[in-house]
Amino acid sequence: MEKRKFTYFKKEILHNKKAFISLMFLILIVFNSISIGFYDCDPDAINISNMLAKPSMLHWFGTDELGRDYLIRVIYGGRVSLTVGVLAMLTSIIIGTVAGISAGYFGGHIDNFIMRLVDIFSAVPWIIMVTVVSLLIKKGIFSIILVIGMFSWMEIARLVRAETLTLKQRDYIQYADFIGTNPWKIMWSHIIPAVLPTIITAATTAVADAIMTESSMSFLGIGVQAPMASWGSLLQSAQANLDKAFYMAVIPGILIILTICSFNNLGNLIRAFAEPKSRSGESNG
Amino acid sequence: MLKYIFKRLLVAIPLIFVITIICFLLIYIAPYDAVDAMVSPKMSKQEIEAKKEQAGLNDPFYVQYGKWFKNLCHGEWGYSLTSGTNIRQDLKIYIPNTIKLVLPSYFTAFFLSIILGLIAGSNYNKQIDRIIDAISSVGIAMPTFWFALMAMYVFGYHLKIFPLMGMHTIGKEKSLIDFIYHFTMPYVVLTIGFLPELVRYVRSSTISEFKEDYVLIQKSFGSSKTKILLNHVSKNVMLPMVTKLGMALPMLVTGAIITETIFAWPGVGTYYMKAIRTLDYPIVMIILVLSGTLVILGNLLADILYCLIDPRIRITE
Repeated sequence: MEKRKFTYFKKEILHNKKAFISLMFLILIVFNSISIGFYDCDPDAINISNMLAKPSMLHWFGTDELGRDYLIRVIYGGRVSLTVGVLAMLTSIIIGTVAGISAGYFGGHIDNFIMRLVDIFSAVPWIIMVTVVSLLIKKGIFSIILVIGMFSWMEIARLVRAETLTLKQRDYIQYADFIGTNPWKIMWSHIIPAVLPTIITAATTAVADAIMTESSMSFLGIGVQAPMASWGSLLQSAQANLDKAFYMAVIPGILIILTICSFNNLGNLIRAFAEPKSRSGESNG
Repeated sequence: MLKYIFKRLLVAIPLIFVITIICFLLIYIAPYDAVDAMVSPKMSKQEIEAKKEQAGLNDPFYVQYGKWFKNLCHGEWGYSLTSGTNIRQDLKIYIPNTIKLVLPSYFTAFFLSIILGLIAGSNYNKQIDRIIDAISSVGIAMPTFWFALMAMYVFGYHLKIFPLMGMHTIGKEKSLIDFIYHFTMPYVVLTIGFLPELVRYVRSSTISEFKEDYVLIQKSFGSSKTKILLNHVSKNVMLPMVTKLGMALPMLVTGAIITETIFAWPGVGTYYMKAIRTLDYPIVMIILVLSGTLVILGNLLADILYCLIDPRIRITE
């Protein structure tokens, strides 16, 4: 069953040009950010005699205001952006899933409490929340991951809760409950596998959102701190040199757009598999 | 109807209350001592302690919160730590500036998105739909601040048409033309920032409306597609859009933080980001409470609006 689904998926992705290109692009970006670690190049190597050089054969993406090679900095920046994106996604998925399943499965007071918590967390715009919390905790890459994860789990919790509520009415789960199976075991071996497609779909959106949030935070100067750089903080330093080195602003931005677009495209493809209804709906229309 | 509004209010008010508690708690645990703002380095330890006692900073949490909340309700929002100005007076200047920027942008995006979304949705899977859909997916993936940088380079540095920052040229505060010069770029950037998500929303609800039975019936009676679109589908698509308007209420204060910061527009966003950078806690606290309250009120407004225009909700409630 699972294997058949996977073969379907493979077939679909080979036929869907948009999704295929997206996947290839993401693989390329991930491969680059991993393999750059094996090259002998320092993203922080300063060369004052070669400041703000235009893109050339020697420096494909030119150099920045301290003469650092921009290509290397962009690849390292992508590494930071992707790491933050993926880990923040995992944080928010874990919080959201645990909250959503407990709310949906236990119901009653627990459900009430968790859903009010969701309301409260959704009541303050993310940008306000993230900036305030970044004041309270020490700056660093892990606090960024934590902050983004902590303020983006609400939507996932809502989705998972709704899904759990319908699952709870299914015969097999009611039967498991009836014969006295441990509720934790029911959640782990029956509910989580059933909500997994929803979670995976939400995860692709969550990565895209996390990358966007991280780059906005870094652009505002409350995210990744120098000398470490992400695409967002590269754009921040590009703003200061906008008139002299336009390419510095163009490149990271295009990479952000392509990455987020790719994640969204893959998400749409996965959604078509996770919710067969939406797929048949698409082809009927 | 009144009963429904009352019921919603009953939920909203405690929520606002809880949000103020959380805001206060956040700042309470923050690594900052309010007494630092009141003392000078020359004061002795005893004097500082006395000041602290006098300001009530040694009181337990709930007493301090009670005092702060009372002041908040009385409209005494405290003073900025860095400049010593009255926060309420400051906001009276900054909020209208933000509204001047956000309101026109949001409305432009709102109406454009209805037009574009209806066009795309009614031509589902045709050339024009694909173009609109592709542009809006790129738009969703594009950071607003990046678009702002591009606009600044092209129109500010390169073509030198529009000024790069601020709201007025010094000395020309009364000139409308000068204002429009400064206004154009942030306005366009913000509109583009709001647009893609709204277009997507309108497009997908148009597509699903076209699958409804009433469209099939209209078609079988021989109505033209344009007629169905204008007379029936558009009405049903607009219904949920009204709730979007309600939910956009908090944007009047916090909708343009990044755009304002880039263009140094003297609005709430720049004010707030400066407060964050200089650890000006009283300002941060007020904006936190303000935005939280506006989100809750916005949701409430959205529900009430929806209830007013869609009788079906009233009946089920």
